[in-house]
Amino acid sequence: MSTRHSGAREEILGRIRRAVEGAPEVEIPRGYRTTTDVADLVELFAERVRDYRAVVHVLPAAAVPAKVAELVAGRRMIVPAGLPAAWAAPAPDVDPRSADGVLTTCAVAIAETGTIVLDTGPGQGTREQTLIPDYHLCVVGAGQVVGGVPEAVARLDPARSLTWISGPSATSDIELNRVEGVHGPRTLEVIIST
Amino acid sequence: MRVALFITCVNDTLFPGTGKAVVSLLRRLGCDVDFPAAQTCCGQMHVNTGYRDEGVRLARHFTEVFAGYDAVVAPSGSCAAMVREQYPKLVRPGSRGAAAIAEVAPRVHELSEFLVDVLKVEDVGAYFPHRVTYHPTCHSLRGLRLGDRPTRLLEKVRGLELVPLPAAQECCGFGGTFAVKNPAVSAAMGADKVRNVLDTGAEVLCAADNSCLMHIGGTLSRQRTGIRVMHLAEILAATDEGTRP
Amino acid sequence: MSATFLGMPGDFPKNAARAVQDSQLRYNLRKATHTIRGKRAAVVDELPDWRELRAAGKAIKDETLRHLDRYLVQLEEAVTRAGGHVHWARDAAEANRVVAGLVKATGETEVVKVKSMATQEIGLNEALAAEGITAYETDLAELIVQLGDDFPSHILVPAIHRNRAEIREIFLDRMGDAPPGLTDEPAALAEAARLHLRERFLRSKVAVSGANFMIAETGTLVVLESEGNGRMCLTLPETLISVVGIEKLLPTWRDLEVFLQLLPRSSTGERMNPYTSTWTGSAEGQDFHLVLLDNGRTDVLADEVGRQALRCIRCSACLNVCPVYERAGGHAYGSVYPGPIGAILTPQLRGMSSELDASLPYASSLCGACYDVCPVAIDIPEVLVDLRAKAPHGAAERAGMRVAGWILDDQTRLAKAQRAAGRLRRLVPRRLPGPLSAWTDTRDLPEIPEESFRDWWEREG
Repeated sequence: MSTRHSGAREEILGRIRRAVEGAPEVEIPRGYRTTTDVADLVELFAERVRDYRAVVHVLPAAAVPAKVAELVAGRRMIVPAGLPAAWAAPAPDVDPRSADGVLTTCAVAIAETGTIVLDTGPGQGTREQTLIPDYHLCVVGAGQVVGGVPEAVARLDPARSLTWISGPSATSDIELNRVEGVHGPRTLEVIIST
Repeated sequence: MRVALFITCVNDTLFPGTGKAVVSLLRRLGCDVDFPAAQTCCGQMHVNTGYRDEGVRLARHFTEVFAGYDAVVAPSGSCAAMVREQYPKLVRPGSRGAAAIAEVAPRVHELSEFLVDVLKVEDVGAYFPHRVTYHPTCHSLRGLRLGDRPTRLLEKVRGLELVPLPAAQECCGFGGTFAVKNPAVSAAMGADKVRNVLDTGAEVLCAADNSCLMHIGGTLSRQRTGIRVMHLAEILAATDEGTRP
Repeated sequence: MSATFLGMPGDFPKNAARAVQDSQLRYNLRKATHTIRGKRAAVVDELPDWRELRAAGKAIKDETLRHLDRYLVQLEEAVTRAGGHVHWARDAAEANRVVAGLVKATGETEVVKVKSMATQEIGLNEALAAEGITAYETDLAELIVQLGDDFPSHILVPAIHRNRAEIREIFLDRMGDAPPGLTDEPAALAEAARLHLRERFLRSKVAVSGANFMIAETGTLVVLESEGNGRMCLTLPETLISVVGIEKLLPTWRDLEVFLQLLPRSSTGERMNPYTSTWTGSAEGQDFHLVLLDNGRTDVLADEVGRQALRCIRCSACLNVCPVYERAGGHAYGSVYPGPIGAILTPQLRGMSSELDASLPYASSLCGACYDVCPVAIDIPEVLVDLRAKAPHGAAERAGMRVAGWILDDQTRLAKAQRAAGRLRRLVPRRLPGPLSAWTDTRDLPEIPEESFRDWWEREG
């Protein structure tokens, strides 16, 4: 069904045109920072992710497979297609409802805000796979870390479904204090591969 | 320098001592003070209560009375903010009224602004040996952005001990007709302000607006706290010889 | 606006006077608002370019509103191109009809909901219930409000008026599956909500959401949240229906770089909220419907002063900093939009024909703290003053203000009145009669001087 021809569309658009008729045009000043001057992006990113009470490891690329193996040991993990074979054997078909965790990489990471962005690309799984399991292990390449939000927005493709993740699931609904762990993964662990 | 005093209707009617203090202080600093007798009220109460027509009439009267002065000084952050911040919004851009306001408004100064920015003095030679706390009223703080001008002046007063007021930036709850239209919330805000004032252990609460002081002072008095309220001008006018102009 | 709030009795001063007497409410609100104020200030001060971000945010929204017709058509095209369906609703009834029809077409009788101001505004849950459809709120605070048969009192944290002990009681009484040993630890309460909603998320076929932003250029919708209930609702169900106010647009994808900095820092006082989801049209095969809601917004847009209220991104910073909100609480405003933004939005959306709505523009001391923290620089005091000029005034007040205006119009009349007051100064009672007793109930009057300043000046100035 569609209300496209119910008259609502034309009426609303007509009301808008009458309402703004003669209003002045607007210049948008963009004097804010579009690049960030950060000496050590990895260090800042690690610090900001830790602020959300997520666990962070900063490791040379060669040490990542061993760390991943250690962390996923004993856990039934979803391992989506597209991750380096050295990290873990692919296991993309594990049912999210019975999985203990999910291993992914990311599309981009933001140092200033401690944010990881997933775009469902290779090695990132589907939105469901990264949502239902209680444990999310994300391996971020040092080269994927940008300084601020504008640099991340510029790198991302709006046509893809994006999930921006800043720490584990949390709520501030009780007395406006942040408590970790509601519906999303309650444990977020990040390995930064340098 | 020839200065016009804009006394404000509240000070004129209820707090003449503040006006006398301003005259005494400005004369001591070498100013030639004039009081244009035709002045009445800036119109803030009417405009802010929803009576724009009356307010606009008073605003027009103000711009006529104070046209032609180099500087207009008001011992009220709220009334100065009315002229500078709100007058331009009362008129059509490009109208004659807008031109008249653009002419007068920039020359209207709240007292501490006039002292610090125009006369460029911070030590006004005052003596006031008391423990004082300062409440930066909302329109001084967020309207005129007086910043630390009043406290810089107070810090230079001999004998005066300035103690910081906790949660100083919070509104006292006066708000003009808000105090009678929403008395319960106004009183609750006033009570919290009073508690913060009591916590300082000050003998005197100072501000740059007598209307806010009337509300806080009225509460302090009702609660028999013994704390005095004084306008900034009265403290700055005080000397060893007393305050008579 | 919301059916739940229609028929709210009283006016703001009366509602607020009741709330001020509730010491538990005062304590809860004070604690919560002071906590969030500190957090917001810290993360805002951290950014060297906050002022520039704020200026950009304001201008982007103004530009959007200036050409809202064009951007809405562009959005509609982009959403449709990406496989979504766009519906238009002039008012609450029309929007509710559209949503109910869409749900019925799926054959389902239950929907899960992501916290959304727009659907609260139109009273969607009640409208769906009338059609035999049950809407389950999934945001923790909304759940608390829904289980407690309560009204929301805050834009971001609808259960801000409840403390942990009260929340525990509501869960134990109303949740059905709350663990019997439930404590009032926030983590335990969150865990109870997680378990309570888990199965519902996994089996629900239809979800209803709002959106924080819609991007005209790409047709992308954006939802910011914390708990993951948003991700659950947006991702798992086969059908997603988003009801969004027409002003929630941004022209370009790039504009998000401004608002994804302004909003989280202003609302929860975090550098970034835990989860932000973006999707364009039908994502991963989902059946996606966008309902564009007017419901009074075009009237607001027509008001040159008041239209700035449509810049609002619902962050709640103005509520959290407002001394009036802190003491009156959200319910006193009788609207899903409480606090300073509610005081300018509600009377514009609903008009000022009820006593309550006419009192809202006066629910402020005009202290300006709201304007200072607003991330899109809505000059709330300016709009309040403008609405006061349009509000109905009582006859006694109008007469009093006329007389005051007449006296103040002329120096001679003013001087005469001052002298009369000086002569009668000893006769002024300690407690004033009538409406002025509101002053003397809690405050002493200043002593009226014998002589006005102008008479002193005349004599010896």
